[in-house]
Amino acid sequence: MAEHNYRIATRLVHQKQDRDPHTGASTVPIYQASTYHHPKGEAGEFDYARSGNPSRRQVEEAVALLEGARFGFACSSGMAATGTALSLLRSGDHLIAPLDLYGGSYRYLRQILPEQGIEVSYVDMTDLALIEAAVTEKTRGIFIETPSNPSFLISDLRDIVTLAKQHGLLTLLDNTFMTPLLQRPIELGIDLVIHSATKFLGGHSDLLAGVVVTDNDELSARLRRFHNGFGAVLAPFDCFLLSRGLKTLKLRLDAAQQSAQILAERLQQHPCVARVLYPGLDDFAQKELHFSQASGAGAVLSFEVKDKNQVPALLKKIKLPIIAPSLGGVETILTHCWSMSHAAMPADFKLKLGITEGLLRISTGIEDVEDLWEDLQQALV
Amino acid sequence: MSDTQTWSRTSKAVQIGTGRDRSGAISFPIYPSATYAHPAPGQSTGYDYTRSGNPTRQVLEEALAELEGGARGLAFASGMAALTTLLLHFSSGNHLVVSQDLYGGTYRILDQVFSKFAISVSYVDSTSLSQVAEAIRPETKALLIETPGNPLLGISDLKALGDLCRRHKLLFIVDNTFSTPILQRPLEFGADVVVHSATKYLGGHSDLCAGALITRDKALGEQLYFLQNSTGGILPPQDCWLLIRSLKTLSLRVQRHCQSAATIARWLVSHPRVTSVYYPGLKDHPGHALAKEQSDNFGGMLSFRVNSPELAHRALGRIELISFAESLGGVETLMTLPAVQTHADIPAAERARLGIDETLLRLSVGLEDPEDLIADLEQALTGH
Repeated sequence: MAEHNYRIATRLVHQKQDRDPHTGASTVPIYQASTYHHPKGEAGEFDYARSGNPSRRQVEEAVALLEGARFGFACSSGMAATGTALSLLRSGDHLIAPLDLYGGSYRYLRQILPEQGIEVSYVDMTDLALIEAAVTEKTRGIFIETPSNPSFLISDLRDIVTLAKQHGLLTLLDNTFMTPLLQRPIELGIDLVIHSATKFLGGHSDLLAGVVVTDNDELSARLRRFHNGFGAVLAPFDCFLLSRGLKTLKLRLDAAQQSAQILAERLQQHPCVARVLYPGLDDFAQKELHFSQASGAGAVLSFEVKDKNQVPALLKKIKLPIIAPSLGGVETILTHCWSMSHAAMPADFKLKLGITEGLLRISTGIEDVEDLWEDLQQALV
Repeated sequence: MSDTQTWSRTSKAVQIGTGRDRSGAISFPIYPSATYAHPAPGQSTGYDYTRSGNPTRQVLEEALAELEGGARGLAFASGMAALTTLLLHFSSGNHLVVSQDLYGGTYRILDQVFSKFAISVSYVDSTSLSQVAEAIRPETKALLIETPGNPLLGISDLKALGDLCRRHKLLFIVDNTFSTPILQRPLEFGADVVVHSATKYLGGHSDLCAGALITRDKALGEQLYFLQNSTGGILPPQDCWLLIRSLKTLSLRVQRHCQSAATIARWLVSHPRVTSVYYPGLKDHPGHALAKEQSDNFGGMLSFRVNSPELAHRALGRIELISFAESLGGVETLMTLPAVQTHADIPAAERARLGIDETLLRLSVGLEDPEDLIADLEQALTGH
């Protein structure tokens, strides 16, 4: 694509490279080659597929561009991306992480980082004083998710960036829930953005992928070393699918977000529902903060039924949503966080975070919202 | 899918294949297997050989039938493979009435291939009911139309033509590529078969070639299935899967294509170097009222005429965001010169009669921001 200041819908369709230079093909080819010929014994731009290939470059540049950054690293899953980002830490370092972390990240921080001699403190990220109190001489980074999953706590990105800069700390943010269309943390000074691209970016519940993005040259060089050295890279065919998913990201996210807003408002009025967590609701406690750093409320909401014993019947009666962990697909996905996405977390920990047995998370898809509402209503009775 | 009857087309399309696999997989698996083990001699699991039937293709074919409101769907390796298979349904000596405002590839295969089998064709302006009626002979077996037409977007009256076909016992075939079932369902108006180049809107990402036939009744579906299996122009499993993936966003994509095309059509109307704009959504388009009646919206295709052939060529050289390419219906905006590209196989005199000359440009409006597209068109039309 020629260098223009195109609008977001255009950038998604065309990404950075929208035509194959050799043939004019409208889609960048899927380069399955594991290795690349070295003419005259010298490597060209690509030499071995793990180190880089044209299909992966396409999607890495596309996601980086969307985040307003220069460097992207496509990994074979969201957790591979998180692991790649955390490779910037070393033994003896200390990391500050949110209490209500995604279950898979929690498992990594809890069970793998300590093996590497990296300690983690879990902090309520809505309270800057608590974050600051957790900073020690060894602290090297702050890991953030905002909104948090599934309790929708909002962290103040500007405050945290200021604090991190004062103490020389790295900031890592999981932007999976918002996508760069709704929240661009790098523009607010965050060092590294992590995506589970399995979710909204891929968008069709048919690929696993992760991406790490940074605009920092030095961090990029270190990430590149680990990404290539460890090798949990995204395969060429999945790069193609991810790039294809990005082309409809704006359409999908706009439609899904609109439906989430409608469902959140209606669920709030429903007699069986105790509470609804969604940043787009007027009574959402941190609404102002959220919208000071994001342009939309997203397409995920949580709600708690008054009677937790209703959950099994609801999961049995519901027909349209997929009942599964994961989110961000074209299909509406209903998650019982207690037993699915946060199964790896101890019960007392979950309860402390408000992840009760009656809490359900909906990732709205792009079905007709009236079909979804009718289905929810019949399942909630 | 369960209990799908009341769901809207949008919801049905999103849910294609979900819950069908025993593993619970949300995305229906790709079955690359060419063949299937038999439980015992003379017994079948329902699948014997992938040309005859394949689980991934079956999910796709059932979805296509459901979206068009038909009894049977069949998926092919390209739009032309679908059409060719359908044309094999006819016999030597049969005569077909075909709309003149049609894809050049359809014209080419009728003119250069099926003519060898003594299948004769009359080309008519299918927007005129009397012209169609006059072309019907005793040996006429079918009417094949595209509406909106390509590239001039003429609108044919589906209901009136359906009635005419019923009176004369003609098979009524509608190429629904431009509209997709999201906008127009010809089977509801009496069409017997719908043809698709699924490479276009159904696939939607300019990254697969596929075709489809959908029949209103089961018996014709069986006859066409016999031809599909016998001649083998089937869609391979990997592309079936990719097409299923595409159908999930079809409704969103088509709605946006329509919105952006309408915006661009209105902008082109007021452009000093544009002499005419062909878009059914414009109130002065001769088929506007009819299009409104038989379709839910006006689609993402439009054509326009510029004030000289030189300008048309220059504009194609200057576009940056828009690609100069054949095909249509993709996420990317494509512009072409039908006289030289898509309709080159139609004889020059015939092209001239139809008004397909080198001042005519066809635009397939993609999913980019329409303001970016307008900016690109503006610089292409006014620059030197």
